[in-house]
Amino acid sequence: MIAETMARGMTRRTVLTGMGVVTVLGFAGAGPGLAATAAYEEELAKVLQGRTAKDGRITIDVPQIAENGNTVPLTVTVDSPMTESDFVKTVTVFADGNPRPEVAVFHFSPLSGRASAAIRMRMATTQNIVAIAEMSDGSLYQQSAQVKVTIGGCGG
Amino acid sequence: MSTAVKPRVKAPAKASKGEIFEVKTLVNHEMESGQRKDRQGAVIPRKIIKKFTARYNGRVVFSCDWYPSISSNPYLAFNIKADESGTIQYVWEDDDGTLYEAESKLAVN
Amino acid sequence: MKIKASALGALAMAAVVTAALPGAAQNDQGEKPSFLRNEYQAVKPEKANPLTELISGYFFRSRETQALQDDDFLNPGFLWVEQGQDLWSKPEGEAGKSCADCHQDAAATMKGVGASYPKVQPDGKLANLEGRINLCRTQYMKAPELKYDSDPLLALTAYVRHQSRGMPVKVAIDGTAAPYFEKGKEFYYTRRGQLDFSCASCHETNYGHYLRADFLSQGQSNGFPTYRLKWQKLGSLHRRLEGCVQDTRGETFKRGSEEFLALELYLAWRGQGLPVETPSVRQ
Repeated sequence: MIAETMARGMTRRTVLTGMGVVTVLGFAGAGPGLAATAAYEEELAKVLQGRTAKDGRITIDVPQIAENGNTVPLTVTVDSPMTESDFVKTVTVFADGNPRPEVAVFHFSPLSGRASAAIRMRMATTQNIVAIAEMSDGSLYQQSAQVKVTIGGCGG
Repeated sequence: MSTAVKPRVKAPAKASKGEIFEVKTLVNHEMESGQRKDRQGAVIPRKIIKKFTARYNGRVVFSCDWYPSISSNPYLAFNIKADESGTIQYVWEDDDGTLYEAESKLAVN
Repeated sequence: MKIKASALGALAMAAVVTAALPGAAQNDQGEKPSFLRNEYQAVKPEKANPLTELISGYFFRSRETQALQDDDFLNPGFLWVEQGQDLWSKPEGEAGKSCADCHQDAAATMKGVGASYPKVQPDGKLANLEGRINLCRTQYMKAPELKYDSDPLLALTAYVRHQSRGMPVKVAIDGTAAPYFEKGKEFYYTRRGQLDFSCASCHETNYGHYLRADFLSQGQSNGFPTYRLKWQKLGSLHRRLEGCVQDTRGETFKRGSEEFLALELYLAWRGQGLPVETPSVRQ
């Protein structure tokens, strides 16, 4: 509740640094000023299965402004030793404002060496990218980043 | 592209034991989302690559599930830790069941 | 605007600024067009050119878009170039010939060709690369024409033009080409559509400025066929021109039409000296 109240008056810079806090409390609602779809909430619930995701360990590398929403580069990396006893099992990537919010699920193994993957994705509008990582011990981590999608003008 | 699907893979031929290397892949595929309509207003049926798997000497080292939000001509980069010489096999699975395949050889010293 | 970083300098800077804040998006400057970051390379135009400096569309794009062009593996345009390479030696038509039967190794025989098109053909008509490929098909291969913007025609066009990558655009505008050049020039400066825009309204007078969310370039043609993120595929210059005319809310012309061919010649001349970038990547 506290974080959600704070979010209203925040500048973008503070929202970015504070985003972890907002999203931890924000499962029921979207990030500040952006409407997540009901479909996203549904899919997110399937991944969480009533569990809570902790903040941190995930880095989402996306452009802050995408020149075109049809091809947005995304790299997601999870900090993990990637050993037999401690590794990242899956990373689920959502676009919370797309008609179908699921983007990709990455399945890693200790032989992945590094829990990192890059793709190019479609974004219908300005929205949040959300990544949920499930570790080999069953713990969950979450991170999100906003991408502004350029629409309008005369792209021909 | 309406022409034959032909994956491109960029992976090293050599690595030291324990080295983590990056594999880059690119496939020509329209990734029709199922969200678009044609000029008559009919929904264009979904046809995407839904699964990618990388096997290193038969062991699944990385895989992923894709959804309609993946761009056309999908690009994917991931990592593998070198532990033995052999073959890395890459398989893309289409909605219609078709498999697109590629492989690379790796010498580990 | 006056500072001209070298292409290498621009690339080096692009490499440095990719580190993201932990868990969050990049800094505010990251996606500004290269032109606004004063990281661009300009070519000095010939005297008659109305532009004071020639700047490729590459420098009007963000780092992310540029990065897709900088690496031949990341660049999806190469899917077409590779397909073109396969088609080059594939026999088609009643004559049972392939491109390679007459032109052998494209790397040697097509070097520089793409930089010099469009060109007036022996029949006196102006043809672009697409037209010339179809001319070869109908006259010598006895094969049907390939449809404009079809994957095989895009692939062959991109493959041939790619053999000139890095070479300066240089077209003939004198002699039999002169009337086409004049026609293209007239097209360029003619206001059209409900918006009453000429090509010059955006690309000569206002390049380097935003038109709503669009950052206007000089409208140079040196990168075509281009992989456009919006199209999610490779596309021809005429497809882009069609979009431009439609954006003025005017009636457009057909791809491959005489109007667009003349304009293509004029545009090539306006960018004379810029390096061929095919296959480029644009937004």
